[in-house]
Amino acid sequence: MIRLLAILSLLSSSFAYGAELSAVQLDKSTIAFVSRQMNVPVEGIFQQFSAQISIDPARPEAGRARIEIDLASIDAGSTDANDEVKGKSWFNTREFPKAVFVSSTVKSLGSGRFEALGKMTIKGKTQEARAPFTLKQEKGVLILDGTFPLKRLAYDIGSGVWSDTSVVADEVLIKFHFVLK
Amino acid sequence: MTTSARYTFTAIRLHWLIAFLIFAAFPLGLYMSDLELSPLKLQLISYHKWLGVTIFLLAVARLAWRAKHTPPPLPEAMLAWQRTATHAVHHLLYLLIIAIPLSGWLMSSAKGFQTVYFGVLPLPDLIGKDKALGDILKEVHELLNYGMLGLVIAHVGAALKHHFIDRDGILARMLPFLDKENRP
Ligand code: HEM
Repeated sequence: MIRLLAILSLLSSSFAYGAELSAVQLDKSTIAFVSRQMNVPVEGIFQQFSAQISIDPARPEAGRARIEIDLASIDAGSTDANDEVKGKSWFNTREFPKAVFVSSTVKSLGSGRFEALGKMTIKGKTQEARAPFTLKQEKGVLILDGTFPLKRLAYDIGSGVWSDTSVVADEVLIKFHFVLK
Repeated sequence: MTTSARYTFTAIRLHWLIAFLIFAAFPLGLYMSDLELSPLKLQLISYHKWLGVTIFLLAVARLAWRAKHTPPPLPEAMLAWQRTATHAVHHLLYLLIIAIPLSGWLMSSAKGFQTVYFGVLPLPDLIGKDKALGDILKEVHELLNYGMLGLVIAHVGAALKHHFIDRDGILARMLPFLDKENRP
C-alpha cells in the first residue's frame, strides 16, 4: 500500500511538472567549495554526489532539482583536513552521510540568470537555501553554473573549538557546475 | 663598494633582526608541524608564514646591502682554512635565509594553501597546486632548516671562540656595545 502510494505520488509529481528529470553527466559535473582559513581561501571538492535536475530553459519556473552529496567523499585540501572534517564536530559522516538539497521553486532573475530556492539538509539540520545560477545551452548539453554562500555554523559544521570564525570563516562558498543532457 | 672596520648600522640591525626572527620561526615551525590539526595549528602556521615572509624581505634587503658593501676584513691571525670556512658559512647562510622562506612559500602554494601576509596581503602562488610536489618541498624546507641549524651552531660557536678565546674583537664588529674602546 505504501509502495503504491509512493509510486502514485511519484507519477503525479512528474505529471504535475510535465518534465522528466534530465540526465546529469556526473563525470563532467562538479561540486566544489572555498572555505577561508585565517583569511586564506582554501578550495575543496566533493567527489561523489547524485543529482537529479530538470530544467527547461524556456520554462525555468517548472525546473526542479534534488542533489545528494556523499559527504565522506570530501577532499578538503589535505589528508589531515579530510580526516578531520569527517569527524563528529564537522560533518559526522558516520551518522549523517549525506547533504541533501531539494529545490522548491526556480525564479528567473533575467538575462540568463536564475535562482533556485529550496531546502538544504546537513547534519540533521534543514535550512532555506538560495542558489543563483546561469544556464547555457551548448552542443546538445545544458550547462548550469552557480555559486552561493553557506553559513556552516547554521548546520553545526565545525562546532566546539572550530566554531571560532576568526580561524575558519562561517561563510563557505559553494560552487556547482552541472552538465545536463 | 664601501669597506669599513666595523659593519654598518644597517648591516648590524638587519643581522640581529633576522637572527631574532629566525630564533622565533624555527622552533615555531618544529612545534606546529607536530600538532594535530586544530584551530591553534592553523593560527600558528599562519604566524609562521608571516614571520618567514618578513625574514625573506629582510634577507633581500640584507643581500642588497651586501652587494654594495664589503664586510670588514678578517683578522690577520686567521689561518687560510679558517678564512675559507668563514666565507663558506657566511655565503651559505645568505643563501639559506633566501632559500628557506622561498621553499616554504613554494610548499604552501603546492599544497594549495596560499600565503596571505598578515591575513591581508595575498602573495601570488608561484606554482600551481600539486600535492606530490608539496610533500617534496616540505622535505626540502625541513632539510634546509636542519642545514641552517648546523651552520648557525658553527657560526655562533666561532663567534664565541673569537670573543672569549682569540679575543680579537670580531664579535664587537657585529655587536658594538661590546666594543669598549671604540664606542660610536
Ligand atoms: C627563515 C624562515 C623560516 C624558517 C627558519 C622556517 C623554519 C621551519 C621549520 C624548522 C619547520 C619545521 C620543519 C619540520 O620539522 O617539518 C617549518 C615548517 C613549515 N614552514 Fe617554515 N620556516 C621559514 C619560512 C617559511 C615561510 C616563508 C613559509 C611559507 C610562506 C613557511 C611555511 C612552513 C610550513 C607550511 C611548515 C609546516 C609544514 C607541515 O608541517 O606541513 N616557512 N618551517
